[in-house]
Amino acid sequence: MKRLWFLIPLAAFFALAVVLAVGLKRDPREVPSPLIDKPAPKFALARLDDATKTVRLDDLRGKAFILNVWASWCVACREEHPLLLEFARKRMVPIYGLNYKDTRPEAAGWLASFGNPYDASFFDEDGRVGLDFGVYGVPETFVIDGNGVIRLKHIGPLTPEVLADKIEPLLKKLDA
Amino acid sequence: MPRQAVVALLVAVALTFGFAIAPGVAAKEAAPEAADPALEARMVRIASELRCLVCQNQTIADSNASLAVDLRREARALLKQGKSDEEVVAYMTARYGDFVLYRPPLKSTTMLLWFGPALMLLGGGAVLVAVLRRRSRMNADQFERDDDEAIDPDIADAAAPRALGRAE
Repeated sequence: MKRLWFLIPLAAFFALAVVLAVGLKRDPREVPSPLIDKPAPKFALARLDDATKTVRLDDLRGKAFILNVWASWCVACREEHPLLLEFARKRMVPIYGLNYKDTRPEAAGWLASFGNPYDASFFDEDGRVGLDFGVYGVPETFVIDGNGVIRLKHIGPLTPEVLADKIEPLLKKLDA
Repeated sequence: MPRQAVVALLVAVALTFGFAIAPGVAAKEAAPEAADPALEARMVRIASELRCLVCQNQTIADSNASLAVDLRREARALLKQGKSDEEVVAYMTARYGDFVLYRPPLKSTTMLLWFGPALMLLGGGAVLVAVLRRRSRMNADQFERDDDEAIDPDIADAAAPRALGRAE
């Protein structure tokens, strides 16, 4: 047994190498949100298409929904947009947009030219509601359950894998 | 040829570091909004302890990213409402997590982060002491002889050509 002691530093080295390799694979830009499994922050925002209509978080309760943070100035939003349009056609859950730090004409023009997957978009002009949701990299996507609890947050553009492997199974679970 | 290679290498190194440093020098410090200098100083002190999430190696006080500007605005607003420094920091961590703190809090999950380096140092020191102690108890004939103590002419002659061969 004592003969094998010289292997200890080697084993320690490999353990450290594995830890560091895993660290390298992880994306440092994806910061885990402290809001997961917490009630979504309350908000009251005007609709993007109708400034006179205010929507509150409580109005959306009762059924799980997706809240997608987007902006017309956001290049990566264009990337995920076709996916979102396709997902909206499945009509699994309502999709709401949080139009983050944008202007009404530009946002409306963007939806007109790229298509509108949202049941409604809320106009967060100064980004305060975005701040409450801990938004830091648009696009971001939240799954909020019927009780208004945030169940999932995806930072950056959606991918087919994220939709198929994470969001859809979660929505099915929430439905059941 | 080797001299040219050395010059080329030096130029490459200079260019690399020159470009790497240049953006840091060129980046403008975020301009403070001097409405209430005392409050502004407090805000900057808090913001310089917080990591900007868009530009992760800058503090919120340093950064001109729009998120950092917004967070400074919020911090300023909270301070104006009479909130304490701790409350402002709590506001940030409630939204962005402990990740924004440049000084992570001492919790069960951060024990390794805080004490890991000291543990490694102590562990290494302990191993070193153990090895040195064991060696000091060993007899001299248990060690290999150093090369410069080699008196066996066969060994010295055998080693010499090999050293020359490598220089060719």
